[in-house]
Amino acid sequence: MAMDRREPLDQIKSRRDSALSALVSGVPYLAWLGIRFDRRGDELTAILPYDEKLIGNPLLPALHGGVTAAFLETTAIIELAWTAMWEDMESGRAVPDAAVAIAPPRLPKTIDFTVDYLRSGLPRDAYARARVVRSGRRYASVQVEAWQDNRSRLLAQATGHFLMPQG
Amino acid sequence: MDRDAGMSDSDQTRIAQQFIEAIPHARALGMRVDALGAGMATISMPWAEHLVGDPRSGVVHGGVVSALMDTCCGAAVMAHPEGPASTATIDLRIDYMRSATKGQRITARAECYHITRTVAFVRAVALDQDEDRPVAAATGAFTVER
Repeated sequence: MAMDRREPLDQIKSRRDSALSALVSGVPYLAWLGIRFDRRGDELTAILPYDEKLIGNPLLPALHGGVTAAFLETTAIIELAWTAMWEDMESGRAVPDAAVAIAPPRLPKTIDFTVDYLRSGLPRDAYARARVVRSGRRYASVQVEAWQDNRSRLLAQATGHFLMPQG
Repeated sequence: MDRDAGMSDSDQTRIAQQFIEAIPHARALGMRVDALGAGMATISMPWAEHLVGDPRSGVVHGGVVSALMDTCCGAAVMAHPEGPASTATIDLRIDYMRSATKGQRITARAECYHITRTVAFVRAVALDQDEDRPVAAATGAFTVER
């Protein structure tokens, strides 16, 4: 199915938003951490709103390193699943209907994940964006960056390898 | 966490538990210090519904394992005989070998196997009740603040 230039904009937006929501809303841990995703076209920005339970060093105070790692890993997994979903959705292979609840798609599994901690996390909101460096049929490599107040002053960066869901 | 030669291991473990409970995120995850020795730490936490990362299988999110491993590695650095005044993670790599079984407690065991004036090197494993098959392995470098 070719792209329809005349498709109403609200229909396009609702299709894309419901696809993203199907991906994110089914994961209890994302809701517990308070992570949500901002979408501009196909570009996703993950947002981690500050909460007291995210603190790892109460004296500074600073975000817990595990929270930073979890935020980066989540951003990588959702970006990877979203990229695969986007291609299916926009090529017309899968046509999610906004009126029908979509079953949560199968998520990629983490093989390994390496985090570089560049600054201590401030008790403020954090943001992250991931880039799929290479995505094959079975394996994928993803790079992800997180920051707080300034996009150019990174809080942490990470690289991970993932096993793509089969079938 | 200051180390005092006059303290017993159980005193150390109790102090470490208080230290863990002062960390809001560790408390939120229900972490418990099971053992602490020279450059060694064992910390565990229970499975919980809200920590699930894959609703199809009920398996906890990798991020939960990261938080447990990071805390346990940091505790092992603090428990080293050349104990630093404080520490922070420089980098941490985690290899996920299999999914942790739904409903089972997860335990991390970390060892600070080398320390210099400025850097501590740590490795760790994460286990569920089947201790012969690790869930994940980690290696990391931590700062040493004198």
